Amino acid sequence: MTPIYAQRHLLGTRSLTAPEITDLLDRADRYAAVNRSAEKKLAVLAGRTVVNLFYENSTRTRTSFELAAKRLGADVVNMQTGASSVAKGETLIDTAATLNAMHPDVLVVRHQDSGAVSLLSQKVNCAVVNAGDGKHEHPTQALLDALTIRRRKGRLAGLKVAICGDVLHSRVARSNIHLLAAMGAEVRLVAPRTLCIPGAESLGVSVFHDLRAGIADCDIVMMLRIQNERMSGGFIPSTREYFRFFGLDREKLAAAKPDALVMHPGPMNRGVEIDSDIADDVERSVIREQVEMGVAVRMAVLETLTLNLARGGDR
Amino acid sequence: MKPTAGTTVFLNARLLDPASGRDQTGGVLVTGERIAAIGPEVQVPAGAEVVDCRGLCLAPGLVDMRVQLCEPGAEHKETIASAARAAVAGGVTAMACLPNTDPVIDNDAVVEFVARRARLAGLAKVYPYGAATKGTRGEEIAEIGLLADSGAVAFTDGTRAVGSAMVMNRLLSYAASFGFLIAQHPEEPTMGGGDMNAGETAGGLGLSGVSPAAEWILLERDLRLVEITGARYHAAHLSTAESVAIVRRAKARGLSVTCDCTPPHFLLTEAAVGEFRTFAKLSPPLRKESDRQALLAGLKDGTIDCVASDHCPQDSDSKRKTFHDAAFGGVGVQTLLSAVLELTREADMPLLDALATVTVNPARLLGLPGGRLEPGAPADLVVFDPHRRWRVGAETLLSKSRNSPFDEAEMTGAVVRTVVDGRSVFIGAEIDS
Repeated sequence: MTPIYAQRHLLGTRSLTAPEITDLLDRADRYAAVNRSAEKKLAVLAGRTVVNLFYENSTRTRTSFELAAKRLGADVVNMQTGASSVAKGETLIDTAATLNAMHPDVLVVRHQDSGAVSLLSQKVNCAVVNAGDGKHEHPTQALLDALTIRRRKGRLAGLKVAICGDVLHSRVARSNIHLLAAMGAEVRLVAPRTLCIPGAESLGVSVFHDLRAGIADCDIVMMLRIQNERMSGGFIPSTREYFRFFGLDREKLAAAKPDALVMHPGPMNRGVEIDSDIADDVERSVIREQVEMGVAVRMAVLETLTLNLARGGDR
Repeated sequence: MKPTAGTTVFLNARLLDPASGRDQTGGVLVTGERIAAIGPEVQVPAGAEVVDCRGLCLAPGLVDMRVQLCEPGAEHKETIASAARAAVAGGVTAMACLPNTDPVIDNDAVVEFVARRARLAGLAKVYPYGAATKGTRGEEIAEIGLLADSGAVAFTDGTRAVGSAMVMNRLLSYAASFGFLIAQHPEEPTMGGGDMNAGETAGGLGLSGVSPAAEWILLERDLRLVEITGARYHAAHLSTAESVAIVRRAKARGLSVTCDCTPPHFLLTEAAVGEFRTFAKLSPPLRKESDRQALLAGLKDGTIDCVASDHCPQDSDSKRKTFHDAAFGGVGVQTLLSAVLELTREADMPLLDALATVTVNPARLLGLPGGRLEPGAPADLVVFDPHRRWRVGAETLLSKSRNSPFDEAEMTGAVVRTVVDGRSVFIGAEIDS
């Protein structure tokens, strides 16, 4: 079946259309079933090479991509930049050229700078998946969030989704804003002004600075990680004050719909942005399911891009 | 010392309420801690205490929005109790105190401490400012949300300016999330260091000057940040003509900015320094006559919202020094009412407008319940004789420190009774007809 998404790379969700998203989610849904079965190995990517190139530390995303590629039958190489030529001073473009010469089929790239993955994609012949670039985009996270929501709520259109916390430093937030808007959901951002995207209203979202008001009547409460490693200090007074006003606990969650789902891209800072009581509540929290859907969505993306490579013929 | 609040009727008073514009002869019925009725005719319930005001003025108790109480940390200069005694003797029933104590009011425990000490004193009410930055060091935002939860009414680094533009930007932005008020000591710290107003007087005395530009520069920068962040901003103790013009323009542009000035700055000039008089060493410094006139004009046209005493007690050891070594600041909570009454003469302001700067305006700004005469409001009242003269000096000032810039001066307007939550906490000169 020909994918509706016809681009060579997946760099972000900004340009995705509803039919493209729906097709990717439908494929992922089928892979979710495969992943739950005993026999998980497919041959969709047999003979293909996938390289995971991670400039930033990551455990869950890299493992998720690696599993996705292996279950589709691809050969996978993980490049740790700390132990590679990057540590010896090689530039991003030189690394791209070097890898390109080895003829991989898909490059999965995470980088600490916004725009780095797009820059790299212009220098290679293979397909490139953005696995997170700086504070810019993390498209597979938004897709897995959408899949998780769709499986639980049956739809995305018309849902009220609150994205709460350190929006400013979050690529997850930006990718979700675009994708959810494309699917017809109503998106709200909840953050202190110091952690909000300047001019966020121009992205078509409404902005709240009070957690209870922001999640009132919402179907989905998506918490974000306080990005301590990205904080140059001083955006918030302290984590204890942050938890008091912006941390999700049972009392504040009562403002959302009674059946509202709680999401978090992980890794969580318990007691900072989310109370363990909520994080571990299987009735409300779908955080584990998000991880599960991550593998399925990445399988769908790898399949789609590989099919597009074949469609493109010579590269 | 703490008479219980019962039922009291104040009769035959000139009722002055800037909030409603009321200026009429009548009475006030106080039941318990609150005003029960007000008007030309109020009933006198059986058993009520009756106070005949004999035509004297009755106004809301004054709200002094900027004082230093020195406790905790400098109790040899002032305590919350001694400041509260001076306050009620001056008709002040509520004070907002700066966080420049030791320890700094930058955590909820110190807020609770100040509140408890004020309750024990049982005189004027005390509302603490929380520090805007941790330790008032100007580097990191203080826990202003938690401070507000425990009772801080607004946030400032007090006598210190938040100098870093980045910190001020984040502070205003963060505060705007909650709608908190940020008050600034507008003096560019990298231009500081002088002893008195820069100019020919300082030049003649051989003293180093504090440039008026240090005030404009920080004010202009802050107002740009206010425009970006949408925060509520208050500039404390304006001292120059240009500062008044800057705030006037900002208000015309619709920015959420307010400001205050202090009695010494609108009643005195740098001439008060005379031959190195350290009681006239203030921060900001006393300026020129043209600056004083601009402040009076700003008060009259409403550009300047409030008058605050900027009460800053200094013991004699801190003032009996060379002018350069002497500490900045003057006591002022007890002279606030008399000074504000001068505005009716110096600035030709209507009495209600003058009183508004120390009652309803600061109360609104800080979100305090007092500052107005209306049924249901706290019975915080002052009865005063607007014509009686008194001499400011060691024998009349009740502060632990006596460093008044008005020392030895005669002032007009004396308090005859101060009421806090229905209790008469100060009874001064006899009421005569």
